[in-house]
Amino acid sequence: MNLWQEYKRPASIAEAVQHLAAAPGPALPIAGGTDLLLDLRQGNHPPVHTLVDLTFVPEMTALELRADSLYIGATVPVSRIARDPLAGAHAQALVEACNLIAGPQVRNTATLGGNVAHALPAADGTIALAALDAAAEVASAAGTRKMPFASLFLGPGKSAIDKSKEIIVGFHIPITNYQSSITASCFKRVMRPQGVALPILNCAVWLTRADDAIADIRIAVGPGGPVPFRAAEAESALRGQPPAEEAFSRALDALLDQAKFRTSARRASADYRRHIVGGLFKDVLETAWKRAE
Amino acid sequence: MSTINLTVNNQPYSLEAVPGETLSTLLRERLRLTGTKIGCDEAECGACTVLVDGEPMMSCVYPAERADGKTVLTIEGLAQRVHDEMKLHPLQEAFVEHGAVQCGFCIPGQIMTAHALLKRNPDADSDEIRFALKDTLCRCAGYPSIENAILAAAQALRTGEPVQKPTHVPDSIHGYKTVGHSHLRPEAVEKVTGAAVYTDDLKFEGMLCAKVKRAMIPHGFLTKLDVSKAKALKGVAAVLTAEDIPAEKNHGLVIYDWPTLVGLGERVRYVGDALAIVAAETSEIAEQAVGLIEAEFDLQPVISNPVMARQEGVPQIHEQGNLLKHIKVRKGDMEKGFAEADVILEHTFHTPTTDHAFMEPECSIGVPLPDGRMEIYVGSQIPYQDRTQVTRVMGWPEERVRIVGQLMGGGFGGKEDVAGQIHVAMLANVTQRPVKLLFDRRDSLIVHPKRHATQIRVKVGAKLDGRIVAMETELYGDTGAYASLGEKVMTRATTHSAGPYEIEHVRADCYAMYTNNPPAGAFRGFGVTQSAFAVESMMDMLADRLGIDRIELRRMNALRVGSVTNTGQRLTESVGLTECIDRVSNAMLQISGLSREDLFKPRVTPEAPHLVRAWGFASAYKNTGLGGGAPDISGADVELYEDGHFQVRSSAAELGQGLVTVMRLIVAEEMSVPPEQVRVLVMDTDLTPNGGPTTASRQTFVTGNASRYAAKTLRDQITAALAEKYDIRPEQIRYENGSIHVNGHSLSYADVYREMTALGQQPRVRYEYEAPKTKPLGEGGDMHFAFSFATQAAEVEVNKLTGEVRVLRVVSANDVGAAINPLGLQGQVEGGVMMGLGNCLTEEFIVEEGNVVSDRLARYRIPGIMLTPEITSIIVEHPISAGPFGAKGVGEISSIPTTPAITNAIYNAVGVRIDKLPVDQELIARELWEREGK
Repeated sequence: MNLWQEYKRPASIAEAVQHLAAAPGPALPIAGGTDLLLDLRQGNHPPVHTLVDLTFVPEMTALELRADSLYIGATVPVSRIARDPLAGAHAQALVEACNLIAGPQVRNTATLGGNVAHALPAADGTIALAALDAAAEVASAAGTRKMPFASLFLGPGKSAIDKSKEIIVGFHIPITNYQSSITASCFKRVMRPQGVALPILNCAVWLTRADDAIADIRIAVGPGGPVPFRAAEAESALRGQPPAEEAFSRALDALLDQAKFRTSARRASADYRRHIVGGLFKDVLETAWKRAE
Repeated sequence: MSTINLTVNNQPYSLEAVPGETLSTLLRERLRLTGTKIGCDEAECGACTVLVDGEPMMSCVYPAERADGKTVLTIEGLAQRVHDEMKLHPLQEAFVEHGAVQCGFCIPGQIMTAHALLKRNPDADSDEIRFALKDTLCRCAGYPSIENAILAAAQALRTGEPVQKPTHVPDSIHGYKTVGHSHLRPEAVEKVTGAAVYTDDLKFEGMLCAKVKRAMIPHGFLTKLDVSKAKALKGVAAVLTAEDIPAEKNHGLVIYDWPTLVGLGERVRYVGDALAIVAAETSEIAEQAVGLIEAEFDLQPVISNPVMARQEGVPQIHEQGNLLKHIKVRKGDMEKGFAEADVILEHTFHTPTTDHAFMEPECSIGVPLPDGRMEIYVGSQIPYQDRTQVTRVMGWPEERVRIVGQLMGGGFGGKEDVAGQIHVAMLANVTQRPVKLLFDRRDSLIVHPKRHATQIRVKVGAKLDGRIVAMETELYGDTGAYASLGEKVMTRATTHSAGPYEIEHVRADCYAMYTNNPPAGAFRGFGVTQSAFAVESMMDMLADRLGIDRIELRRMNALRVGSVTNTGQRLTESVGLTECIDRVSNAMLQISGLSREDLFKPRVTPEAPHLVRAWGFASAYKNTGLGGGAPDISGADVELYEDGHFQVRSSAAELGQGLVTVMRLIVAEEMSVPPEQVRVLVMDTDLTPNGGPTTASRQTFVTGNASRYAAKTLRDQITAALAEKYDIRPEQIRYENGSIHVNGHSLSYADVYREMTALGQQPRVRYEYEAPKTKPLGEGGDMHFAFSFATQAAEVEVNKLTGEVRVLRVVSANDVGAAINPLGLQGQVEGGVMMGLGNCLTEEFIVEEGNVVSDRLARYRIPGIMLTPEITSIIVEHPISAGPFGAKGVGEISSIPTTPAITNAIYNAVGVRIDKLPVDQELIARELWEREGK
């Protein structure tokens, strides 16, 4: 069985959407394809007829500042994001996550579009984007719309995007411009050297610092639930506070309360995750704080 | 249909797009650029790495059509044609010079990834190299050599100077002219240019592709098998079942208990059992045909572990029962021994199933010849035994089959059992066309024999002064569905289970049990990997209990010349264990700067108090050669040719371990010629005499000796002929630097050829060498003709919060008798440490109720370059007089002490005793929390 019958290389979003609609059999968009092709090859995905390669669409491979956002096209290879000075300046958590996804060769084709469309609650790129509050631009035959990050996910592996009809075009990461404040972010993860290379736990923190207090903060932890988890209550506990022991302790309690840690067979028990999240969170928070100096 | 316009290695191509084609297939099949390899087809191993517009990509998941308009560079495009000569790129040069090329299968991917790195970052340091090569796996795992090669190449590229040779590979202490010095591997150049051919790179006209229908149930009786739909599929040339087996049904290495195909009404014993084989025009059609074969079973209860297999009343998997063998070691009087002991300790250890994960999946090609003979192209560790197994099943005389052994992308014991050889013979015979059976990584993981999972109980009795007086071990080994080499492996595990120590009272009992798990067989370490983990952990526990230093306890009890082993063998020479122990201890002191009392104490990192470091220590020994009374024979031919070159030939196998180099150096030494004047031919049952199995670390000794004696004999014949002709005494003839000095003038070997043939003599000798005889277990005397010894120390860092373990340094001392091939030896030492590290920290082949869970490389993690510790190699040479120039084996011993050195270090760091592998960071973390009352 061939992995695909027809391979389309559209040069525009409109063309891409058109190919998806017009295909005589099941059609899917493909960017890096490192997950999709393996799923097809290993029989974990029903066969497709048409693959629509999105890596030739200029709008989707752009990486640039646009007004008050950093725009990252959905099919920019993550290795390019990791090396980009704009990303390095405005989205350190994303750069760090991009440098950890898979390995160097896969990073040369893997994309954030693919990462997010896969809708796994602990995907490294996804968790970083969650903390950075990225909004997604989604195109379909009906036109383009902006979707807040959380709305992209329905459950583990269940994307709100209908891949047979819709395409994530790019991500807008808001760049804050607070007066006399400094912004930074950080991403880290804990792995196991055996078995499938999925993180036991990962964590991204974005914050803005005003004098000695956290003016604003976003915390994402994966896997912390069926969809990428924002620790909103922990964020409240730290907002406006200096990152001292007392505030951190309350934030961690709130996080443990709010997050839904599950046992992943052969990877980590819920208990283990509960025990180690504090150390990981503290490390990421302290690093982001120091960066915002 | 669309067109793909791309440039490959500076050549433009315009190709019609093929549905579903990956870039790797376009390169390998359509452009016949077979230097790019398929190791896994899962984007995990990096063997398929090529550069697309300068960036490294996994070509196995890169749609060919995406390459339209792009520039591709493969390994074949790296060397440059300069004035009609192919000039190697500095990276290729450096990989050759630094011994980074062993089996060669991963090398194109390594080089291409490194090339892209150095283009972008000409000043790349070690960290950057490791980061770039993170997912370019090497199982021979000379990662340090790979790293050094890249650093050397980077320097050469920056300065324009030639690549600097490695400076840290010591020569042998024995002062021979050729052996014992670093020489380049003869086949290294073809491996770095992509010219090296492995079985899947071969294509024959009219070749069919084969696939196997496997049972995929762990235990049951086959009640229905319908192949009609498969047979009817267009493009299918043949579908064969057990009914089509011409003669013997079963194959095997010791016991013929493994069905070639399971027939109707017969028993399926593991998920990988073959039910039918298909040959078709393409592998896609063959795959489709396999999907159309219907099989039904009467399922039986699953025997999932060896302890269960031994229980009363459980189903018996084989007619003779579930017990393959009860192996016993008896020495002295256990009751007396334990009565004498001041201290008695007992503990049980568990080791899991692990997989060889050689980079090259198994491939066999059967080619029927017009004269009725059959050639089988395969990378196999035992060509002559393959021939026997094939002809038994086909009902043919042995001479009708020729095994044409190919380069192997790694073996490690996993290519001794028959994989596809018999199946392709059957299909090629019926279709009278060449047939290729290529395993994908999933087939390889499910089907081929593994390392035995074990349960090992150790009970030790010692005096207060540290002298061990009694050691009792009880082992269970999971040999899986078929015997393979299970009897030998578990015998080895058992006879080595008291460790490299002289103990008066020893008792060992081992139950090698059949189960419904995949078969277990030979795997580097051969049972000793498992029992060394148990006994060396126990040694540290004993040291603690007695309050005696860990090194001192081992040294005090260590085997020495004059010791009697636990099987009653008196060691009369070549026991370098105490030197290994001493030199490792000294190296630890020097490297760490610690005092002897503090050497094994935990050290907290001041800036990060959750990180604790500590050293761990372990010793081991491993037999060289088959032992146990088995005749250990190898044949080698040495022949002089008209142009003055020599050829040495044997069917002994080159797995990447460097045997070809060893044979070349030994013959060159004997004939006093430069190594380049000796060519080596291996692995062909028509052209090379039987070298026996490449296993048991035996080939340097046995085939090395066969080569040496063949060369000596030829030299004696030459001497005799020249002495006669020139009427001088033989002692007056001198062999020096490629010339023979007779009566004041020099002859070249080409001259000698002329002289010999003029006298009517063919300058060719066949020598069959038999290693010193050994005795079976239980009869006393010598069970093995040689042992290698080793000690390793590992420094680890444990994260007390997460339980994560990092190995920072390993010091490895190996007593190899004599280092014949120091550069190759370095690779074996580094690779052995990495394999041991994987065995300890990363590898677990998971089977649940007989169903294989670890059926993808993504699920079976082998160490990558990022895990490489700093490795210090110490070569100890206590020669054995019967060995070639004093050499013993090293292939296995270098991988054995690593695991217990690491787990002992973990205990020294955080007080958590690891008695089950692989190391579970969650278990460590949990034990630490519970201690702190969290």
